[in-house]
Formats: sequence, C-alpha cells, structure tokens
Amino acid sequence: MNQRIPITEITGGFRGRAEVALADSQLRTNFRTAMDSLMQKRADAFPDEEEREGLREMGNQIKARALSKLPDLLEQLEARLTANGVKVHWAETTEEANRIVHSIIEARQGKLVVKGKSMVSEEMEMNDFLTERGIESLESDMGEYIVQLDHEKPSHIIMPAIHKNRYQVAKLFHDKLGVEETTDVDELIQIGRRTLRKKFLEADVGVSGVNFAIAETGTLLLVENEGNGRMSTTAPPVHIAVTGIEKVVENLRDVVPLLSLLTRSALGQPITTYVNMISGPRKADELDGPEEVHLVLLDAGRSGAFADAQLRQTLNCIRCGACMNHCPVYTRVGGHTYGEVYPGPIGKIVTPHMVGLKKVPDHPSASSLCGACGEVCPVKIPIPELLQRLREENVKSPDEHPAVRDGGAKYSPKERAIWRVWQTLNTRPGLYRSFLWAATRFRALAPKNVGPWTENHTAPVPAKRSLHDLARDHLKREGQQ
Amino acid sequence: MSARDTILNKLRAGLAGTSPRPDAFDENLVTRPWQYAPEDRLQRLRTLMEAVRTEVHEVTAADWPAQVQALLDARGLTNLLHAPGTAHGRQLADHWQAASARQTLLAYDRPIEEWKDELFWNVEASVTGTLGAIAATGSLILWPDRHEPRLMSLLPPLHIALLKASKIEDNLYTVMQKHRWADGMPTNALLVSGPSKTADIEQVLAYGAHGPKELVVLVLTDA
Amino acid sequence: MSELFYDAAPNATRVAPPRPQPRQYPDKPAEVILFGTCVVDLFFPEAGLDAIRLLEREGIRVQFPQAQSCCGQPAWTSGYVEEAKAVARAQLELLDTGLPVVVPSGSCAGMFRQHYREVFADEPDTLRRVDDLAERTYELTEFLLHVCKVQWADQGQPTKVALHTSCSARREMNTHLHARELLATLNNVERVDHDHESECCGFGGTFSVRMPEVSGAMVLDKTRSLAGSGADEMVTADGGCLMNINGSLDKQRTPFRGRHLASFLWERVAGSASTEGRP
Repeated sequence: MNQRIPITEITGGFRGRAEVALADSQLRTNFRTAMDSLMQKRADAFPDEEEREGLREMGNQIKARALSKLPDLLEQLEARLTANGVKVHWAETTEEANRIVHSIIEARQGKLVVKGKSMVSEEMEMNDFLTERGIESLESDMGEYIVQLDHEKPSHIIMPAIHKNRYQVAKLFHDKLGVEETTDVDELIQIGRRTLRKKFLEADVGVSGVNFAIAETGTLLLVENEGNGRMSTTAPPVHIAVTGIEKVVENLRDVVPLLSLLTRSALGQPITTYVNMISGPRKADELDGPEEVHLVLLDAGRSGAFADAQLRQTLNCIRCGACMNHCPVYTRVGGHTYGEVYPGPIGKIVTPHMVGLKKVPDHPSASSLCGACGEVCPVKIPIPELLQRLREENVKSPDEHPAVRDGGAKYSPKERAIWRVWQTLNTRPGLYRSFLWAATRFRALAPKNVGPWTENHTAPVPAKRSLHDLARDHLKREGQQ
Repeated sequence: MSARDTILNKLRAGLAGTSPRPDAFDENLVTRPWQYAPEDRLQRLRTLMEAVRTEVHEVTAADWPAQVQALLDARGLTNLLHAPGTAHGRQLADHWQAASARQTLLAYDRPIEEWKDELFWNVEASVTGTLGAIAATGSLILWPDRHEPRLMSLLPPLHIALLKASKIEDNLYTVMQKHRWADGMPTNALLVSGPSKTADIEQVLAYGAHGPKELVVLVLTDA
Repeated sequence: MSELFYDAAPNATRVAPPRPQPRQYPDKPAEVILFGTCVVDLFFPEAGLDAIRLLEREGIRVQFPQAQSCCGQPAWTSGYVEEAKAVARAQLELLDTGLPVVVPSGSCAGMFRQHYREVFADEPDTLRRVDDLAERTYELTEFLLHVCKVQWADQGQPTKVALHTSCSARREMNTHLHARELLATLNNVERVDHDHESECCGFGGTFSVRMPEVSGAMVLDKTRSLAGSGADEMVTADGGCLMNINGSLDKQRTPFRGRHLASFLWERVAGSASTEGRP
C-alpha cells in the first residue's frame, strides 16, 4: 500500500502530479469522503442563509478595512505588543524569518523546538532550516506530526494528513515509532499524545502560528482543538509566533465575526475547543507561561499582492480551507498535486505572489471556474475573478509588464496568434458565416482526433447546418406566413 | 533600510491616494442571533458542551467540593491539583481536610520549572474557576493568573471547571463589551469549549489529544 | 437537493433561494433577439431553433441577427483580454437595439450580465451600454418562466430526466431554479436527483483541453452519476456542458445521453420533436 512514490517528488508540474493522483484510487477515496463530510458539516453549521450572508459581508468588510490601513495597524500592533513585553521582528523573506527564529533559539542554546500548527512555518520550511542547524523541530498537531513522520508535506491546510487513512497511519506509527500496529483511531491518538507530551516537557522553544493579530490590544489569537497550540505557547520557556503581515485586524471585537466564520467554515464547529489569546510573556509573579514571547511578521510576497487593489483581496484569507473542501479539482487531485504549501483555490491565487508564476505556471489554469470556492469563502474573496486576472497576467508578454511576480510565464506568441485569429473570425460576420458554412459543409472531414479533448471525449462533429442558416430559413418562412 | 521599513514603505506605496475604509461594524449581526432568555442560557450551554463530550452538573456553592470528591472517587483517581490562592481553592482544601478525602491534594504554588515532570505526568485531575461562560458557543471563559496558572486547565487528563450560573452570558461580543476586554487583556485569556480533541485521522473524532481527556463543568446554580 | 454552491453539500436537502437577488421582470414583449451562442450555432443548432419555436409559440417575434458570433467568454477566461474585448464589443454594438436578448445558455447570458462589466471596466462610456445590455439579457428558461409565464400542457409520454445546470448558469443566472420550475410544470416529467448534482461537470471552457486529466476525471464522475440516477436522459440549458457530457458518454459507449433543455421542452409542448434542422 505504501509502495507509491510520494506525490510531492513527482516532477512534471501540476498536470504530471495530477495524473498520478488521479490514478490513486485510495487517495481519491480518502479525499472524496473527507471533503463530502466537511461540506456537509459547513452546511449544517450555517442553517440560516441570511445570518451567514450578513456575517460573510461583515467578514469581508473587516478584512478590507484592516488592509486599507495595514501599515498603520502593523505599527500599532508592534507598539502594543512591545508595551506588553513581546519582541516583534520583521522579515521580508522566508529565509530572513528562519534566521530570526534560529537566532532566538541560539540565544537560549535551544536544542528542541515543538511547533503548533502554522502554515507560515510551512512556507518557511522551518523544520528543514532548523534541522540542518542541529535543532530538532517537531510538529505537534496530530496531522502535522503524522505528515512529518512520513517525510511528507500537509495536503490540506486544516487537515494536514487527510490524504492518509487509518491503516496507513497505523503502519507508519508501527514502522517509525516501533509500537504495536493498531488501527483504532483512539489508540493511535494516544500513541501520539504520549510521544509528544515528552517533547512538550523537554522543549526549549515553542513555535506557533497566529490566526488573528489584534492591533488594538496587542493580542495574538490562536484557535485549535487539540491543545498542542496551548502546549507550545505555554510549556516551553520561549514562544515564537510566526505570521503573515495580513493577519492583523484593527479591533478586538473584529475577531468575533471572524472567529465564527472561521470555525464554522472550516470544520462546521460553532467554535474550536480552544481559543487562545496571548498578550504577553509570563509576568514576574506568574507561575507558568513562556519568559519570552516573540512575533515574527513575514512578508514573503504579500506586499506584492497588496500593491494591486484587485489582487490585494487575496490577503483577506483567514485560512479556513472551505474553498478546497468545495473544490471539484482539489477533491480529485488532493493537496500534494499543487506542489506548494497552500493547495486548492486559495493556493492558486496566493502562491503566485509568494513563489512567482514561473514556478507555478499552471496554477491559474487549474480551475474550471465553477465558482464554488468564491461562494463559500467566509470573507468573500472573489477567487474565480482573481484566477481570471492571474490568467491575464500569466499570458502577458514581458513588455506588457505583468503585475504579478514572474508574470508572463505562459506567454506564447503562438497561442496569442491563435486568439487573434479567433478574434478576427468572431468580429467579421462574413468571415464567421463562411467558417460556419465550411465547417458544416465539410463536417465529414472534421478531425477524429482533436488533441487533449479526444482523451476524454469523442470529437465533436459540426451539425449539418448552422443555427445561422437554420434560423435564417426558419424566420424567412415564418415571416411569409 | 530595515525589513520593517521596506515592508511598511511598500504597503504605504500600495495605498497611495486611497483612504481608510470606514468602520461599519454591525453588532446586531453578532448579537441578535445569539440571545437567550436568562433561564435558557444554562440549557443552551449544556446542550452544546454535552455535544462535545463535556459533563455538566448542577451543584450549589456549598456542596460542590463534595461533588468533586465524588467525581474523583468514581474514577478511582489518586490526586487533585488545586489553586490554594483562590477562594474556591481554599474551600476545596477545607472540605478535603474535613472529609478526609482519599486523593492527595496538590497545590500549584510554585513556578512550573520546579516540578515540571510531576505536573506533566503525575497529576490526574484539576479544579479551576472560570470567569463565566458563553451560551452561544458553549464556551467557558478562563483568565489564568498567578493564583491559577495556565497549565492547570491543560495538563491533567481530567479538568473540573467551576461556573457560577449567573455568569453565563449570551455571546462573546456581549462578554467583551460588558467586561471591557479591549481596555486590557491578561497575559493569557482562553475560551474552552470541551475536552481536547482531534479529527486528524480520517476525520474520526478522538478525545484527549494533548489536553484534558475529560472536561466536567460544575455549575453553581445559586451563585 | 441544493444546487447553489452557497449551500454546497454533496447532497443537501435544501434548495437555496435565488442569488444574485431576484430581478424585476417586464411584461412579455412583442419582439426579442435570440443570441444563439457559438457552441449551439455549430454543434446544437436544433436547440437554438427549438428555442426560437418556444418563443414564437408564446406569440413573440424572434430576430436572429446574422452578424452575431461569440460572447467572448473563451478568450476572457483564458486571459486574452484584448481579444475578448474586441469580440465582446462587436456583440455589444450588434445587440444595442433596446430589444430583450434571450440566450439558450446560462454561461453566455452570464457573460453579458456579469462579466462584460469586468471586460469594459476601463471604459466608463461603454459601461452604460454594458449595463443596458445586462438589463435586457435573459437566459432562455428564465425568460420562458418569468417573462412569458408559460402555461404548458405536457404532450409527452411519462419520462424521467436528470437536470444538469452549468456552474456559471447557477451562479450568475439562477438557471437551476428556473429550469427546475419549468420541468415541474410538465405533468409527465419526473425530475430525478443525481449524486453530487451541484458539482461541476469539468468543462470550464479551455480548462477541458488545458487540464484534460482533471477535467476528464470530473466528467467521468458526472456521467456515471447521471447515468446511475435512474433518469431516461439528462437535460441541460448549457451547450458547453452538453458537449462535454455527451462527448464523454459517447467515448465510453454509454447509451445514456443528454439533450438541450430547449429541445426537450419543445418536444413536450409540441407533442413531437421537430425534424427541421436535425441531422
């Protein structure tokens, strides 16, 4: 069962990886089952349409307002956090962020890091960076732990190990941890609990992400169900939070609707088990909590998206994963096919800013634009519209100055020429009718093989007569009556 | 130029010629759907918390320590962590002595560094207070402090939380406004809505991932 | 079963209300323009003709401007904005007559109603005409239901159909609601649900040739669910989906087939399929 090559290592880009994923029936079943269930849970969590739509609109407004004063809010956040005793760091690149994290650990001569779930740390590939420098960096979210143990990457931003079933986890734990093989999920979780509790105890540093950074009070808000986030931010003597610069919101009350949108959209829960609000390190008379708290604010392409008013909407994202749960493409190919940290529809619109379109040239086109993502997005990111825009940037020639990093990755004079012909055909009525005439008249000569289309279909055969012809005759006849 | 300045400059350039969006926060959206008659709040809280495997018991301000004892006895537990610096901690200790309870009463009265191992592995249960609860989402509000540290509600497999019935509020927004949270947040503020859980394997719900496997709420109906 | 993504759940039981909001409908006009769409023009012309007949049956004169071609969607969704704009402009000028425009395809109607605003976003002067066209544009089932307020007597034998509505038709035109309601007026037609009804069939215009692997998996699932629904045939108001679904069924040599809703409706109300224009 585990003989297959990890999908992240397959080259050939999105399409190559998709082909392998599509042929993996176990993977397909795992995703289909999970996504169906997550869709149902979300639907059940929003029984009232009006309430949901009102909340989504407010969610959008809150994020748009925060972005409309982002630099001021970041400064306010920094000032409040600093006043609360939190050290704030800024990083333009993931490399810089890693160096900051490393230097904080170095200063404490730290050897073991435990991590709560953080997609930004995935972006940074922090585990690899620290491991290369002799520091053990361990994921503590059960899903992340499973994925790390198998040297994989998360395949979903909320459910990192959703591509695996219990039998695969059972074998993994047996192989890697030397425990007796069990397929009982409770037992598997207890194995994880015991293994990781030891690590929480010994860890020198805890790393976490941030769901919302509140400028008004200088508070980092984290949501989770397992308690590993609280562990990572409470038990070790140092806590380092890493987050993207777009996570800041203006006021404490702003998190009320966002929190509700986040947990209901992600998992269909009214709230997560823990909502953990951290506003500073341990005070002198307190008996636990970290002595140092750091926040690393990461740009890594976000300011690039921010520069364009339309693409800026990408930064509304609160990382709920609802777009991928509802995506017919994601459901079939799984997260690893995207080849980058953020999969699914949100991955398609956020990744190009982070790594450049040259690295993910197929991202904008890997969508049927069905629109499911945009309609479930809790903060109303118009994902299909942004995909269309990215396609536009993707086919621009260099001298058209694409607005996205490494834009023009799919620039092709040949394809452009084909669309020019299409344009000519569709703007010259006489020519268009001649084309119809020829296509219907010579329909027997229509090619049986029309490239990729005929992989899945028989070739379409033009009708005997076009609607132009039929309608003209019909209306003429009707007119005579 | 520092990373900070570079980032802020880029963002400011992106905003050139624009003005900040107005604050159109509509509190009705986060309050109106989440309002309950005072007598219904407890039932709402109970329903939601029981749905995530939390035990909710109605007790009185006088008899709750006995209930705690009964809970521990029923589970055959051998020790209990309490907060000696709090009023409820003292009430518990008094009862423990008077009733000659079997379980060893442990006190969180020294920095974690001094007894981390014991705290991580040997403590079986804890009792903490709460600031109140939220009916809308079935959540307890905890503001840990020097008397009742953060890990008390996290490390022991059984967490028993005391909740005064009069402190159950409708929704998070109301709580924040009423208690003026924005004026000053503590080191750590928590909403706890059940025992620790995960659905990371096949979406099968399993309790006791990293935090408490069991959460018991004792609602003090006369407080 | 819900068909709007808003309530997207694999097989939800609620039907979502219209979104975008319900529009105001005018009284039945004396004359309309039919915009045939390029796919119907070349591959399903009989459906276009049936649409004309259905309209004429309601006492409406139909114009079919011979200068029409394509709404511009293929280039627009491929990122070729200038090319899309040129083609869109040609249609915009052609259709600038004040007459209602009826389109037998939800996604093309949605292009007029929703996306021309994006296409011409940088041309304030053109936007006035864009809005005017948007106001006058109706997807066929919407027009029959809400403007013609059709009262049909079903002439056909009892049959079961599965309804597939294109994603953009649902999202932009509420076609799922209109098509459903029209089918419900036919006494001998039973509409059956199919698994994952609201899920995309995988067409997505050029997506089907740019990503044939994924698109192929999607259409395979869709055709299996349609064929397994217990329906006698599938009906749809969108030429693109129809071409995708039927092309796949044909490749699989599955006898189950889809048909354009206009042809199906004409057959039900006229008592027999017209032979005019059929292969």
